[in-house]
Amino acid sequence: MVTVNIDGRDYEAKEGQTVLQVAREHGVDIPTLCHHEAIEPYGACRLCIVEITRGRRTRIVTSCLYPVEEGLKVKTNSPRVMSNRKMLVELLLARCSKNKVINQLASEMGIEKPIVRPEYLEEEDCMVCGLCVRTCEQVVGVSAISLVNRGITKEPASPFLESARDCIGCGSCYYVCPTGAIKMEDKGDKRYLYNWKVEFKLKKCKVCGNYWAPEKQLEYIRKKWNLPEGFFDICPTCK
Amino acid sequence: MTMITAVKKIGSRQDLEALRKELVKERRAERPVISLCNGTACRPYGCLKLTEDFKKELAKQGLEGKVELRVTGCHGLCEKGPIVVIQPGDIFYQQVNSEDVPEILSETITRGKIIDRLLHTDPATGRKVVHRNEIPFYRKQERNILGNNVEINLANIDDYIAIGGYTALAKALLEMTSEQIIDEIKASGLRGRGGAGFPTGTKWESCRHAPGDIKYVIVNADEGDPGAYANEGLLSGNPHSVLEGLIIGAYAIGAKQGYVYVRNEYPLSLANITTALRQAEQLGLLGTNILGSGFDFSVRINRGGGAFVCGESTALMASLEGKVGEPRAKYVHTAEKGLWNRPSDLNNVETWANVPLIINKGAEWYRKLGTEGSKGTKIFSLVGKINNTGLVEVPMGITLREIIYDIGGGIRDGKKFKAVQTGGPSGGCLPESMLDLPVDFDELSKAGSMMGSGGMIVMDETTCMVDIAKYFLTFLEEESCGKCLPCREGIKRMRQVFDEITEGRGSEKDLEFLEQLSATLIDSSLCGLGQTAPNPVLTTIRYFRNEYEAHIRDKKCPAGVCKALMHYYVIEEKCPGCGLCVKECPQQAIAFMGKKKPVVMDESKCIKCGVCYDVCKLGAIGKR
Repeated sequence: MVTVNIDGRDYEAKEGQTVLQVAREHGVDIPTLCHHEAIEPYGACRLCIVEITRGRRTRIVTSCLYPVEEGLKVKTNSPRVMSNRKMLVELLLARCSKNKVINQLASEMGIEKPIVRPEYLEEEDCMVCGLCVRTCEQVVGVSAISLVNRGITKEPASPFLESARDCIGCGSCYYVCPTGAIKMEDKGDKRYLYNWKVEFKLKKCKVCGNYWAPEKQLEYIRKKWNLPEGFFDICPTCK
Repeated sequence: MTMITAVKKIGSRQDLEALRKELVKERRAERPVISLCNGTACRPYGCLKLTEDFKKELAKQGLEGKVELRVTGCHGLCEKGPIVVIQPGDIFYQQVNSEDVPEILSETITRGKIIDRLLHTDPATGRKVVHRNEIPFYRKQERNILGNNVEINLANIDDYIAIGGYTALAKALLEMTSEQIIDEIKASGLRGRGGAGFPTGTKWESCRHAPGDIKYVIVNADEGDPGAYANEGLLSGNPHSVLEGLIIGAYAIGAKQGYVYVRNEYPLSLANITTALRQAEQLGLLGTNILGSGFDFSVRINRGGGAFVCGESTALMASLEGKVGEPRAKYVHTAEKGLWNRPSDLNNVETWANVPLIINKGAEWYRKLGTEGSKGTKIFSLVGKINNTGLVEVPMGITLREIIYDIGGGIRDGKKFKAVQTGGPSGGCLPESMLDLPVDFDELSKAGSMMGSGGMIVMDETTCMVDIAKYFLTFLEEESCGKCLPCREGIKRMRQVFDEITEGRGSEKDLEFLEQLSATLIDSSLCGLGQTAPNPVLTTIRYFRNEYEAHIRDKKCPAGVCKALMHYYVIEEKCPGCGLCVKECPQQAIAFMGKKKPVVMDESKCIKCGVCYDVCKLGAIGKR
């Protein structure tokens, strides 16, 4: 165990934990967009920056990646952190000027009007945090999508921008996306994931007759866990 | 050209010494040597054909075997290539053509006569200089690392061994412990030549002490700064020096596997390091039980795909692993968890090449050169609006003025110096008032620039500093990997502000915004690319604020570079109405008004291509 000081209070932490984990365990709020407990930290959105002091050296680090150590002093909302974080939100707002989540975040940061000239405002929903891609790889285990291109053209995409062949239609990317950039829709017996240009047949429950999950996803799970055929004939509600 | 007579493994120090003596004897044979640059920069000048011409002419004049033709890497003074140096006599010929070849052989080689027209002219005195070491370009240099290029046939291990190559390896492996080597490197004060200047010995030490049996050493040859080719000149011209340093480092750190990461745009470096590797393997200088020491080590070469960001250590390692070249946070150092999560030591080409020198001559000797915080020499590619472009190697602490004026021969076409950019896109632009700054890691970063991997771009009065900052931003915008928000979005927003300023729509607030945004990029970007991206912006604002103000307030580009803010006009009193510009103007924007009457320009039709300005021999077209 090590002792870490966050915003003036000492906390016990396990070695190997990140500053963000320790802070959240004790109810200290640090905003994040690209972070999810189930997925390896990535450090793309930089919103979770904090100011740390080690010895005489003070610097800005991302709390989602920084491992705790004995005697570490952390400030989660120093003036330097706040001015940086505000500028980061400005950059998000310039890119996603119409996005609800980002606008909410901007107003929480006290931003009334974007700092960027109106003609340069973009109306993206995706801010390239990569959560969809990382979830698909690390949680689902199919890597149906990936981040493509470099720099300002970087985006999550299906292979060759064609229909994502390996996608099982589970929708994890849709659920994990913090800004609602992924469009998924269940219509009748079909599920559509528009970003990846795929559609799936949904399975009908033998009892209630509701369409409840993509057949491809259920087959993937059944094989992965070695479940008997017909295991998913009845939906969880009717079971 | 000497050849390995029989490929016999060198199994011990005695073997190495015996081979060296044999090779030296062969080299000492009393015959003249023609050392001909075949470096990358001399190739477009036709040095490959020149080499063939020399071979044919040697045969024709019956000089085969009597004269040694040494085909080497970069000699340094690239501006004046192709370069030929003749020994004995240290005679330096520049801009040599195929037609000169018979005369060089019949006059200089056979009769010892100097050919005047091929000599270098000292730009300061106008006098012809015969000997290489008397040329001002070379006089102030300390070519400890690059100097051996002229002694070595491209990627020839015999030549390298003949001049004492691999003796440092023998000393390190057979006489020194790992700790002693690391102590020596630490004591030498050597700092990483890749840009940031981290103490090399300390880096080695942490990698050595990091837990784990499998460790890696890596050569970073992914030099990507616009205008920089210092690593290229070294790796292609003397690959064995890099390899020797790498083996010594591997032994000190405890690594059995090394990697050379070379950008694929460096075909000559790639070819020569590949050859060097094969030769070292054949002689047993790589492989198992090197020189009978019991140390095993092998090296693999990886080609980089050309992404600038892959010069960053963690991105390079990701790329080596076959992943997308994206950096990661270095809160856990790569010395502990690097390539495949194993302890890894990555150093720049030039850093590795310094190692044999330190081991052979000792830290004490090495420390004599340089400043308090920066020891040894540094290679720069001196480019831009300067008379002597080329690769220079200077002692740390030399002033910018000495590099630019004494070595570089001053500014081209008698123009006025405006700025010098060091450190590539991550560096800054320093003005005339900083010319007496001693060049070392600390002084450059104090001035807002950085050492970088060795780019030094000189700019004259015709350069617009706002446009330069925009150029570097555009470069970085394209080269950002796009992983972290501040770098990806921040650089783009900065570039957009520069678009506005250079097109005459800038406002006073823009500078404030640029400074705020810069602070965020420096503090919160993931890797060095984003953290240093604001340097060109901040230094140009700091040192050339008046140019920004001219663009913003007066809507003028003082250097006449930013098209939207610049106009061509006819200087009536100078124009005799010859009509040359009328003929050349692609827009029919200039009208002929009759002989001896000045032409008339319709500015609304002008697209500012500058053809009229270029064709007018009388200076009757002005820019404002």
